[in-house]
Amino acid sequence: MEHIVIIGNGISGITAARHIRKLSNKKITIVSAETDYFFSRTALMYVYMGHMKFEHIQPYENWFWEKNRIDLLRGYVTQVNTSEKKLILDESRTLTYDKLVIATGSKPNKFGWPGQDLLGVQGLYSKQDLDQLQADAPNEKICKRAVIVGGGLIGIELAEMLRSRNIPVTFLVRESSFWNGVLPEGESQMINEHILEHHIDLRLETNLAEIQSDVHGRAKAVVTDKGDTIPCDLVGLTAGVSPNIDFLGDSGIVLGRGVKVNRYLETNIDDVYAIGDCAEQHEPIGNRRPIEAVWYTGRMMGETLAQTLCGNKIPYNPGHWFNSAKFLDIEYQTYGWVFSDQTKKENEMHFHWRHPKEKICITVAFDKESRKFLGINTFGIRMRHDIFDRWLSEARDIDHVMEHLKDANFDPEFYDPYESDILTAFNWQFDTQLRMKKKSWQRIFNGT
Amino acid sequence: MSTFDHNMALTGEPPKKMGRGQKMATLLGMSGLGILLLAALNVNFPNKGIWLSISLAAILGGVVWFARAAYGHKHKGIKNDGVWFKSISNAGLFGWLAGIALTGFYIVLYFFPEYLGLVKEGENRGVIALFDPLSRLLSGNPASQWFVYGTLYTVAILAFGIKFIWKYRHNRYEVIRTGSVMFFQTAFAFLIPEIMARLNGNLPYYDLKNMWPLNYYNFEQYRIKSFIASGDLGMAMLIFGILSIFIISPILTYRFGKRWYCSWVCGCGGLAETIGDPFRQLSDKKVSAWKVERWVVHSVVVFVTLMTTAVIYSYLGNDTSKYWLTKNSFLLGVGTILTFIFGWVMLFKRKQLQKDAQYGAIGYFVVIMFLMGIHFYSGEGHIFLFKSETLRKTYGFLIGSIFSGVIGTGFYPLLGNRVWCRFGCPMAAILGFQQRLFSRFRITTNGGQCISCGNCSTYCEMGIDVRAYAQKGENIVRSSCVGCGICSAVCPRGVLKLENGPLKGRIDGNQILLGNDVDLMHLVNGKPS
Repeated sequence: MEHIVIIGNGISGITAARHIRKLSNKKITIVSAETDYFFSRTALMYVYMGHMKFEHIQPYENWFWEKNRIDLLRGYVTQVNTSEKKLILDESRTLTYDKLVIATGSKPNKFGWPGQDLLGVQGLYSKQDLDQLQADAPNEKICKRAVIVGGGLIGIELAEMLRSRNIPVTFLVRESSFWNGVLPEGESQMINEHILEHHIDLRLETNLAEIQSDVHGRAKAVVTDKGDTIPCDLVGLTAGVSPNIDFLGDSGIVLGRGVKVNRYLETNIDDVYAIGDCAEQHEPIGNRRPIEAVWYTGRMMGETLAQTLCGNKIPYNPGHWFNSAKFLDIEYQTYGWVFSDQTKKENEMHFHWRHPKEKICITVAFDKESRKFLGINTFGIRMRHDIFDRWLSEARDIDHVMEHLKDANFDPEFYDPYESDILTAFNWQFDTQLRMKKKSWQRIFNGT
Repeated sequence: MSTFDHNMALTGEPPKKMGRGQKMATLLGMSGLGILLLAALNVNFPNKGIWLSISLAAILGGVVWFARAAYGHKHKGIKNDGVWFKSISNAGLFGWLAGIALTGFYIVLYFFPEYLGLVKEGENRGVIALFDPLSRLLSGNPASQWFVYGTLYTVAILAFGIKFIWKYRHNRYEVIRTGSVMFFQTAFAFLIPEIMARLNGNLPYYDLKNMWPLNYYNFEQYRIKSFIASGDLGMAMLIFGILSIFIISPILTYRFGKRWYCSWVCGCGGLAETIGDPFRQLSDKKVSAWKVERWVVHSVVVFVTLMTTAVIYSYLGNDTSKYWLTKNSFLLGVGTILTFIFGWVMLFKRKQLQKDAQYGAIGYFVVIMFLMGIHFYSGEGHIFLFKSETLRKTYGFLIGSIFSGVIGTGFYPLLGNRVWCRFGCPMAAILGFQQRLFSRFRITTNGGQCISCGNCSTYCEMGIDVRAYAQKGENIVRSSCVGCGICSAVCPRGVLKLENGPLKGRIDGNQILLGNDVDLMHLVNGKPS
């Protein structure tokens, strides 16, 4: 029986294993150094905040793996020997494979800052990071202030986590406005305001210069590039992540920033594949980045590779871009591409609408010339994924999207509808006379 | 920071203390309960009306103040910080104490009302006497233990309903739904029956929204007699009682799912959604719990059907000339209805049932038909091997008192706030059966946005593993779902939406969209592309 070994029990590796099991009888072993069982990495924050216990963020009950004949092995792969098709675990045990799947995910970035390896300095990625945080920042008495370095999605989550335990937070953001390398200006501004509402000390255009140590080798203060010294007990490094592939250094597998793979998720070596955060496409797919550290792309790569490994060779072909996040109390969804003011191309036109009082806004991107709909960002309004996916596939124009916005609304029942306000603003701004169409189940479910 | 501090840090606890406002509010609410406790201990209050008002106002005020102190200064949004750190909400010490206290209260209420001061002949004493003035004001009669219970029940739903609305003020579905349960409890369960008793003393106590089989005693002889004796109004109520379960509820459940009842109207649901809300995360999500749930709750349905049939059968006559409905015609009618439902499901909906559900349905159907068949051979009143009176008493004791009260509410802080609704309520099972097979209601999963975080499953009071469906891109169509909407509210990525849509494609939804290209999705789902 063919033995498939998967390194990493995150969403990519686990999805691959589950689908291989659905499709075949192969022997499957998953190796992880992090935890015994799969858990949802994106939910670690809720454990710290007390919304859930760790067991709640494990999507499958513990009997699931044995029942589905998926062997779980706890260990750290120290060496990969592709010529003999074997792995060395913890520098001692040996594990042989017929096919190898590398799904080792990411690790937090460190950019060589002075003091970055002190006690009390950490990223937020792994179960170990969570444990460390609970030890170093259990409450505001032991952690009197935390400084977070890096204004992205993990940074703002870490800020929300610490605030849930009343710990004062200083948030150093390199950009002139929160995440404005990704978000258009209006949205970025709104999130800035919301961060301040939550009593987070947001410092824009501020970089980390140095982390100072106390006599025990523990972080005691952060010095910024503006010369400020901020005393603190915890430093969160959240300036992005990069592939976790150091153990592959001498394996002969071609590496870039991640493990280089083709569209079939194959590496340069036969029977070795890479999926998830640690995989790097030779050529970017559409506007996507060559390395996508996103939950659902890991899941998709796992599904795709399972097909390939079970005899139905399929290229990795992610559909239209989408994503979601939550900034403190504000939910964010995006479908298609809306670029920031810095990165958007000449032809990309934006329509931005913001609620006069609430923290609710949308930005719709479309082509100035052809009026083709390019993408939408929504904050505080939920939208239907499949409707936008369909509109993108059908290459609908902005006018169609604006007129049928009610079909796309996914807010809970009885929520205030904003489609009419949005359309009025659009008509006014672009001198159009579009009329709002009533919501139609017929269109939503049948597409007609 | 010293090394000593660092060692402390390793054992450091998350903050879970209450603020000063919350402490004082708790004190106020407890003082209101304290008055009731003193009364129960036979402290004789002068001016009972005033002391009762003070007590109830203190409870109401304490809870509302607590809510304000807890949520008033915060931004609107999800308020689950520290839920699993607090011993009241993580089945810790305070949870156990609350569970024991509640269970004890129910045991006294159901089985030893004399300890509350109930005096059958003569003046009430104790805490029941404290409620006499209010009872006389409403119905003109002295209070009973049920009046005390009903009043406290209503106060609890109102006070904790306000707290719930404050907590979920960003979510209008929750706000309106909670307003609805507060209204139905106050008007239909509390005020109208009392006022009707004042207007027409012959009418049985009737909470109009409380339909059979939740209201399992509705068709017992004494009630039927007093309905009929009360003229047109009584007859109207009797007919309404029959229509509710056979006509009104199927129509509403078809249109809106069983939530129209379970989380918008029902009193048990009302209590669970308000005072029970802090315990919703304690429901068991294991697959094994789901299996137990299905067998237990459907067995209760069979039990209540047999019991009610037997009870009605026992007081009907044999002579068609006296009354059109006789023992035989009644049994035949029940048999026909059950056969019709069974046949319809087996013919048209069999594919939607799990294997064990099919076995269960067949097994129970055979047993019921067998029991009905042998009634011809048993003596008067001995239908179904047991005396109907024995069946009625057993049901009332085991299900009506122990399950719905002592366990169903007493165990809120240990097993979650919907123990009764999930494992015991025959009404929920019947509505759920319909919701699963014949309703427009579903929880739609939003394409591929799920990140498997588990908030939906954790906060599902019915113990549904919502995430198991959402992460596969499947809609959630479960008979037990009461449509409380909390899964959708706590979802950080906007994945879930409760909605009433067309029946077609309700379970699979349209092509699930996990983000990969359509060809692969067809393949994964085993559908031709």
